[in-house]
Amino acid sequence: MKLASYRVAFHTLVHKEIMRIMRIWVQTLVPPAITMTLYFVIFGNLIGSRIGQMGGHSYMEYIVPGLIMLSVITNAYANVVTSFFGAKFGKHIEELLISPVPNWVILWGYVLGGMARSLAIGVIVTIISLFFTRLQVQHWGITISVLILTSILFSLAGFVNAVFAQKFDDISIVPTFVLTPLTYLGGIFYSVQLLPEFWQKVSMLNPILHMVNAFRYGILGVSDIPIATAYSIICIFIVLFYCICLRLLQRGVGLRT
Amino acid sequence: MTALSIRNLTKVYANGFQALKGIDLDVAEGGFYALLGPNGAGKSTTIGIVTSLVNKTAGSVKVFGHDIDQELEQAKACIGLVPQELNFNQFEEVLPIILNQAGYYGVPRKIALERAEFYLRKLDLWDQRELMSQRLSGGMKRRLMIARALVHEPRLLILDEPTAGVDLEIRRSMWKFLREINAQGTTIILTTHYLEEAETLCRNVGIINNGEIIKNTDMKTLLSELDVETFVLMLRQPLQDNSILSPFNGRQTDENTIELDLPRSESLNRIFQQLSANNLEVVSVRTRENPLEALFMGLVGIEETPLAALSEAAGAAR
Ligand SMILES: Nc1ncnc2c1ncn2[C@@H]1O[C@H](COP(=O)(O)OP(=O)(O)OP(=O)(O)O)[C@@H](O)[C@H]1O
Ligand SMILES: [Mg+2]
Repeated sequence: MKLASYRVAFHTLVHKEIMRIMRIWVQTLVPPAITMTLYFVIFGNLIGSRIGQMGGHSYMEYIVPGLIMLSVITNAYANVVTSFFGAKFGKHIEELLISPVPNWVILWGYVLGGMARSLAIGVIVTIISLFFTRLQVQHWGITISVLILTSILFSLAGFVNAVFAQKFDDISIVPTFVLTPLTYLGGIFYSVQLLPEFWQKVSMLNPILHMVNAFRYGILGVSDIPIATAYSIICIFIVLFYCICLRLLQRGVGLRT
Repeated sequence: MTALSIRNLTKVYANGFQALKGIDLDVAEGGFYALLGPNGAGKSTTIGIVTSLVNKTAGSVKVFGHDIDQELEQAKACIGLVPQELNFNQFEEVLPIILNQAGYYGVPRKIALERAEFYLRKLDLWDQRELMSQRLSGGMKRRLMIARALVHEPRLLILDEPTAGVDLEIRRSMWKFLREINAQGTTIILTTHYLEEAETLCRNVGIINNGEIIKNTDMKTLLSELDVETFVLMLRQPLQDNSILSPFNGRQTDENTIELDLPRSESLNRIFQQLSANNLEVVSVRTRENPLEALFMGLVGIEETPLAALSEAAGAAR
C-alpha cells in the first residue's frame, strides 16, 4: 500500500471513530459533563469555600485543572478500550485485520479516536468550569501539550487493555482498580505537600501525579514538582505503551487464533 | 498465473487440535473453485489462514505470487472475503459499512461512493443503505457481506458458505451475479454445503476431509467418475410383482415407489418402454441424491454421519 492509501485508511478509521462517539453521545459526551458539574458545585462551591486556599489559589481554581485532567484521562482510556474491545466482541475487527492497513495506522486511528473524545470533553469541562471560576491560563504551550500527550498516553493504555480483554468485565478492571485510585491520589483534590513526607515520596511514584501537576502549572503557574520530570515521564510511558501496542498487534494477541 | 497457491499448510490450534495436516492447493487465475467438505473438515481454517485471520503453524501461502510471510499487505490487497459468520458492526448502517471497508483498502471516498452504489444496487440493498445493519434480514446480511467484499474490486473473491440460509430465488440470483463477476476476470473460491451450488458454479473442486485434501480435480472429471445414479419413481398403481425390477438393479421401497440404480450410459427411454409394457404408469421421477453427494459420500467414506443428514438437507432445499 502506498502512502496515499494509508492516508485514506487513516481518515476512514478516524472518521469511523468520531461517528461512533457522536452516535452514542449520550454515553460518551454527556456523563462527564454532568459528573464534573457536580464536582464543581459540591467540592468547588459548597465545600471549597470552607477549605480556603490551596497552593495559593482558591480551592475551586485549584481543582479545575485536576478535574479537566481526570476527564481527559478516563475518557481517552474508555473510548479506546470500549471501541476496540467492542470491535473484537462484534467481530468487525476482522474487517480491519483482513485489510492491508498496517498496524501502526490501525493504532493511530484508535488513538486519534481517544484523543478526539477526551479533548472534546476537556473543552466541555473547561467551558463548564468557566461558570464557576475565571481561568487565566499562564502557559498555553504547557497546558495544551500536556493535555494532548496525556490523551495519547491513556488512549494507548486503553488499547493494551482492549487487546487483552476477553469479556466485558475485563474492560472495567483496570479503570476501577488502577486508573481511578491513581487519579484520585494524583493530587487532583489536594496538594501533595499536605501529606506526611513518607507519603509524599510514595506519591512521586504515581505518574498521574506528575501529569496533573504539569497541567496545573500550565494553567495556574503552580506545581508541586518540576515540569521537566513530568514531560519525561509522560513521554517515556507513551513510547513504552506504543511499542507494546504494536508488538501485540503484530503478534495478533487476542485477535488471531 | 496462480491466484492462490498453498503448500504443505498445517494448522495446530492452541488446544493442540490439528485442523490442517499439510494441504496443497492451487487455484488458477480466473478460476471458479469449490472447496467442499463436511463440518469441521478445515475449510474455514484454510480460508482464515489465507486471509490472515488465523496464524498458520507451517507451510506457505501465495496470493498472486505474494507470499503472506513476506508480502502480506500486497497479498491482502488482492483478496475480498465473505466470511462464514456475520462480522459487520450490527450498530452501523449499511452504506458506512461498505464505505469503511473501501477506505481500509485505500479507495478514495468519491470512488468508494460510486462503487458502493453499484454493488448495493446489484445486490438489491440500495434501498436499505441507511438501515442499521442489525435490522436487515438474514439473506440481506449475507448480501451485504458480498457487497462489502467487492467494494475494493479484489482479484480473488473468497466466499465461505455465502448462500447459507438464503432462499432459493435469492440464491439463484447470487449465483448469476457470481458468474458475472467471474466472467469479468475475478477468481472465485467458495465453500458450500449445497453441492448443487458447486456443481452449477464451479469448474474445479477440492474435497477436504479431516484436514486433508482427498480430491483435487475439475468438476467434469469428478462427475464422470460417478457411473451410477439412483432414480426414484412414483407409480400410479401399487406394484404387485417386483420381479420386473431385477434387470434394472432396482428395488421397491413402498407400494407405489421404486428405486432404480442406473449406469449413466443407460437410456431412460428403454426403461420407460419396459415399464409401460408392464402396464406401469410413472407419475413422477426424481434422483435420490445429487450425484456429487453420492460421490462425496463415497470419497469421504461415511454413511450415517452429519454428511448424510447434510445431503438430505441439501436435497430438501431443492
Ligand atoms: N479456535 C479454534 N480452536 C480449536 N479448534 C478449532 C478452532 N477453530 C476451529 N477449530 C477446529 O478445527 C476444525 C476445522 O474447523 P473449520 O472451521 O476449519 O471447519 P469447516 O470445514 O469450516 O467446517 P464447517 O463446514 O462446519 O464450517 C474443527 O474440528 C474445529 O473444531
Ligand atoms: Mg467453516
